[in-house]
Amino acid sequence: MSALITLTGVEKYYGDYHALRDINLTIDEGEFFSLLGPSGCGKTTLLRTIAGFEGVSGGTVMISGKDMADVPPNLRPTNMVFQSYAIFPHLSVAENVAFGLRKRQMSKADKAEAVKEALAMVGLDGYGARAAHALSGGQRQRVALARALILKPKVLLLDEPLSALDKKMREHMQVELIRLQRAVGITFILVTHDQEEALVMSDRIAVMFEGEIGQLADPETLYRRPNSRRVAEFIGKMNFINGTASATDDGAKLLVPGLGKCTVPAEQCPQGVRTGDVAIGIRPETLAILFEGDTAPRHAADAVVDEVVYYGDMTYYDVRVDDVAAPLTIAMKNLIGRPVLEVGDKARIAWDDRALVVF
Amino acid sequence: MGLLSAPFTYAILLLAVPLLAIVLFSFWTQDFMDVNTTFTMDNYREIAEKPIYFSLLQRSLYVSICVTIVTVVLAFPVAYFVSFKVHPSRKSLWLFLITIPFWTSYLIRVFLWKVILGYNGVINSGLINLGIIEEPLTFILYNVNAVIITLAHAFAPFAILPIFVALEKIDRSLLEASQDLGESKLMTFLRVTLPLSMPGLVAAVLIVFIPTIGDYVTPELMGGAGGKLIANMIQVQFLQLNNAPLGAAIAIVAMLSVTAISLLFVFLNRRWLRGRS
Repeated sequence: MSALITLTGVEKYYGDYHALRDINLTIDEGEFFSLLGPSGCGKTTLLRTIAGFEGVSGGTVMISGKDMADVPPNLRPTNMVFQSYAIFPHLSVAENVAFGLRKRQMSKADKAEAVKEALAMVGLDGYGARAAHALSGGQRQRVALARALILKPKVLLLDEPLSALDKKMREHMQVELIRLQRAVGITFILVTHDQEEALVMSDRIAVMFEGEIGQLADPETLYRRPNSRRVAEFIGKMNFINGTASATDDGAKLLVPGLGKCTVPAEQCPQGVRTGDVAIGIRPETLAILFEGDTAPRHAADAVVDEVVYYGDMTYYDVRVDDVAAPLTIAMKNLIGRPVLEVGDKARIAWDDRALVVF
Repeated sequence: MGLLSAPFTYAILLLAVPLLAIVLFSFWTQDFMDVNTTFTMDNYREIAEKPIYFSLLQRSLYVSICVTIVTVVLAFPVAYFVSFKVHPSRKSLWLFLITIPFWTSYLIRVFLWKVILGYNGVINSGLINLGIIEEPLTFILYNVNAVIITLAHAFAPFAILPIFVALEKIDRSLLEASQDLGESKLMTFLRVTLPLSMPGLVAAVLIVFIPTIGDYVTPELMGGAGGKLIANMIQVQFLQLNNAPLGAAIAIVAMLSVTAISLLFVFLNRRWLRGRS
């Protein structure tokens, strides 16, 4: 894979407001790339600088090795699916899809054929003659996709494309988008504030905070080895326990009050191995409540159930452990024959040093 | 029903009854001091036979169409500017400023145009003092041009406001989408902004066109001998010649002409919108 988009030292100011801070990024051909972050982190601004709707205050945006500084949006090899979908209300579905074909050297019949193909690709065969304003949210989004993909851009930019859909539709479209991206082989850049969506769909994710990239990694690394506490807090749930560390040659010895002692290798200390007070992160699904007959794989501790949240497939427990300040959240699958505990029940919990991340 | 009956009653009294009275009058005749109420087509026959009415109506329509074109063509850029270029917090202020001409009476505004356009008026004395012309221009007052200028100014806010509202309703991401799909700013205007502002444009055209036909104050004061319009004739029939039935018939003919032209315009506009893409 070769680099398609290269951002070097991109800065963006709105008056005094520093919206993008020294963004350096390379996105490859055919990649499904996500910009993830809380609202106001600059992810949409970054997308719009790639599309050309926003200029940069510093740095360069290169697409296919060409500097985009003086290239307006209509001449860039990018197409965008807008958050509002921006379907032209005065045109039919087919006219919307054909909008960008005006300047292409194609016969009328070829254009009509291309529109038909594009609509079939997004599962809207036979919708061409419909009025655009008569479509549902999901259909509008498909039209927006077809309208962009028909132009065969090098990059498809998606600005929160799923946020306006209901949960079922959203999950369906996630799978659909992945399938579509594999089929057309175009680079997709997705902006989202939904960490689950980013994890499900992306090859790589850039997590952004306050105009900066906090971490850039593939979904698994991002989830299992977040490089900072704010990334860990933003992606999924994580418990934080105070402990003390002492550095060794190839890692750290940890003393966790209430839970016990262990050693971890350096790779579990993303901010470097050090001696002193540390915060130890552990994900809810890597903790376990031991039911009758279970044996602790590594370490165990006594706890009291503080809160029970039943989700059907899962149950989330908040448990209190002596000497641990905040309750620990534990996610347990509701397997056959496994009871759901009640508030106040005593329980034995298991934890594993391989799942710890030290900050 | 009880609540609806009151508005229904005054709608009948204020709209339908006067209109019916005019229609009825147009089929009667004036018999010196009395009105002869036998049904007759005499008034319409007279309008059809004497060329004065047709040429007055023709001139009225010409003036109204000119006023409409001038007003809407000048109003569109103003509405566009306020909607797209003015900061959102300043828009109300701009609209407020646009309505300022309405604070003075219509008559005073007409007289002011007289001062501006007159033989010794602002424009003529200004141009003479600047040495651009030697003799005062005579084609700017007491003719059709003066009527068009005055009416276009008077109706400007009526045209600006509906166009502004239509432009405000356009989702700005549509303009970005058009550019994103490869269109320049000019093509985006022609393919997105203009068709989407069409309802406002149609409203502006009708709001300006329909009342200008009925205006008789401006042509009376600004039109001179050659600038009289059909509405002046109606006024003369009703008040000076005491021939209300003939006046009513002329009014009906003018009304039908306006209706026909308006319907034709709306029809052509729809066809254009549908056939364009």
